[in-house]
Amino acid sequence: MYKYDNYDQQMVDERVLQFRDQTRRFLAGELPEDEFLPLRLQNGLYVQRFAPMLRIAIPYGMVSSRQMRKLAYIARRYDKGYVHFTTRQNLQLNWPRLEEVPEILEELASVQMHAIQTSGNCIRNTTTDQFAGVAYDEIIDPRPWCEIIRQWSTFHPEFAYLPRKFKIAVCGSEQDRAATQVHDIGIHAFLNENNDVRFKILAGGGLGRTPMVGSIIKPSLEPEHLLSYLDAVLRVYNRYGRRDNKYKARIKILIKALTPAVFSKKVEQEWSYLKETEAKLTQQEIDRVQSFFSEPDYPELTNINLTDLALSSESDFQWWLRRNVHPHKKPGFSAVTLTLKATADAPGDASAEQLEAISDLADEFSFGELRVSHEQNLIFADVPQRRLHELWLNLKPLNLATPNQGLLTDMICCPGGDFCALANARSIPLAENIQRRFDDIDFLHDIGELDLNISGCMNACGHHHVGHIGILGVDRKGEEYYQVQVGGASGHDASLGKILGPSFKMDEIPDVIDKILKTYIELRTPEERFIDTCRRVGIQPFKERVYAKAA
Amino acid sequence: MPKLLKDQQISNDDFQVLLQAPEEPILPEGHVLLHISSIDHAIKANGRHNGQVGIWFDSADEPETVANTLHQFEVIAINFPKFIDGRGYSLARLLRERLDYPGDIRAIGDILVDQIYYLRRCGFSSFRLREDQNPDHALAALQTFSADYQATADKLSPVYRLRHQL
Repeated sequence: MYKYDNYDQQMVDERVLQFRDQTRRFLAGELPEDEFLPLRLQNGLYVQRFAPMLRIAIPYGMVSSRQMRKLAYIARRYDKGYVHFTTRQNLQLNWPRLEEVPEILEELASVQMHAIQTSGNCIRNTTTDQFAGVAYDEIIDPRPWCEIIRQWSTFHPEFAYLPRKFKIAVCGSEQDRAATQVHDIGIHAFLNENNDVRFKILAGGGLGRTPMVGSIIKPSLEPEHLLSYLDAVLRVYNRYGRRDNKYKARIKILIKALTPAVFSKKVEQEWSYLKETEAKLTQQEIDRVQSFFSEPDYPELTNINLTDLALSSESDFQWWLRRNVHPHKKPGFSAVTLTLKATADAPGDASAEQLEAISDLADEFSFGELRVSHEQNLIFADVPQRRLHELWLNLKPLNLATPNQGLLTDMICCPGGDFCALANARSIPLAENIQRRFDDIDFLHDIGELDLNISGCMNACGHHHVGHIGILGVDRKGEEYYQVQVGGASGHDASLGKILGPSFKMDEIPDVIDKILKTYIELRTPEERFIDTCRRVGIQPFKERVYAKAA
Repeated sequence: MPKLLKDQQISNDDFQVLLQAPEEPILPEGHVLLHISSIDHAIKANGRHNGQVGIWFDSADEPETVANTLHQFEVIAINFPKFIDGRGYSLARLLRERLDYPGDIRAIGDILVDQIYYLRRCGFSSFRLREDQNPDHALAALQTFSADYQATADKLSPVYRLRHQL
């Protein structure tokens, strides 16, 4: 894991002082609300429906047990004893007091954490694969590059007042687990024919009002030019992105207007002036950052037969092994997902007690480290397979062994109208309705891999466009309704879902989902996943079934 | 008179910013800044006027189009119509780094204390503060951070290079 040196530490400490002063001036009436707004947003501080909301960065999803204990402490001391993990490898506190935010930032800085640029019209926290460094299908470890981008984007003086927010995701595996194609910039690390690291750069993806899949603007970039190239992309966006209309201000709109080819040319021209300057990365620095992500001290183990292990154990454990335990590049090791999706708990929420217990388990089972996924789950990346059962026994009483990773009930879900001032509808109670209706684990496993994504409004924090089933909260004459889409996906084969038809009331949604699932079961070929059936048959059969009763 | 922060000093900014191209090639007394659309006026007046003549860009203007003439001016200003309009930061870096403009680059318009640090890093060398801003706070804001991660127009080495210097 990356460790701050004096420079890094000094900068987060100075940030705390800066924000303390800005908060003081705001509270003293010296800094008007509209001028404090971009400053507090760049420190992750929103003013929400009931209270401020503070968004804390978990850069590329890595967090140590020590940091996690500090987060638990902060949740208890400054909030109501729980935290919410988001789809962008961040966590949110829902009830901090504005006056205490500088103190929270100081606590965070003491464990090398921060809330820098987790919001606002600037470059946001860079995200990646939750299995980075341990994935069986990894080509390049994306984490050093994420850290290099983290540093470059932190306090970037030219790009703190962009037309709109700006999100970057990096992926270095065969499977894309970071939804890179729906980011403003997606970076795919790969090896070229000479086995040299190269980056493919995509730009202009994004969800929200005008969802789009990104386009390739640079098929192959040498690593030393990563930062100068990003500077060039951002500069073109900063100068030419629209500022007249908030809804047309994202880079995707600019790229669509110019076409990806013309945008790419403009970037190349800009880059030609930047590439051989001080912005060029040095090999020593690449080596230094990479050294923090070397392998932990893995003991020599051999793979054990997980099927045999499953057969000899309880059925709950069997389900958990099948769903929540993932292949690992090292023999004898597995990665394990703790889904924060137990029925009746708000998706992505964890209590301070859970965080502390998880920290202890991380120390005991996984080198003292954890990961956060964009599906709002936590991951132990390095668990010896022979200790999986023991870990499971520890997780069960914590309500953290729900065997539903990647299934219908492991939904992505934004905080919705219960917390968010932007939402048109609630999403947490809807998630609970669905979890209660589909609580038959045999049925869920029969349905198999299925991404259900719920957003409470068009801003699409719950990524509904790229859910295999996506649900969007809409406002119809002051009442909350839900629109249903099918066929979205967020991997390398990213696609946007198609709307089935008129929206539904909350209590109708479980039936709608049931009809969609039954349609799938009838139409699927053996071994065919839900998304593959959707792609093969289109939305028409689903539509007919869902709206049949009206006929 | 608006306050000017320049060379770590606070003074009065006695430049007059002319919003429109003057009808007559006669300029008001004293130091003036003409908009880029009047650059021909500005070039003619430069050296003959009883004060300094500079030019100013608005956030959507493109300094590249007049690259060859910029070195004739000792002061170029970039206007921030609203502090959240970040285009001026890119313009300043273009002037400093690509067009090698050596003179004074002045931030004008909606210039707030909390922008000063980033403006300086992008190549601005003087700051005409909005009237209600506290000049002492602005001066202090120049010291917000003691190191920086990026290579920008202030020519200071970014941290990723400093780390490997002996």
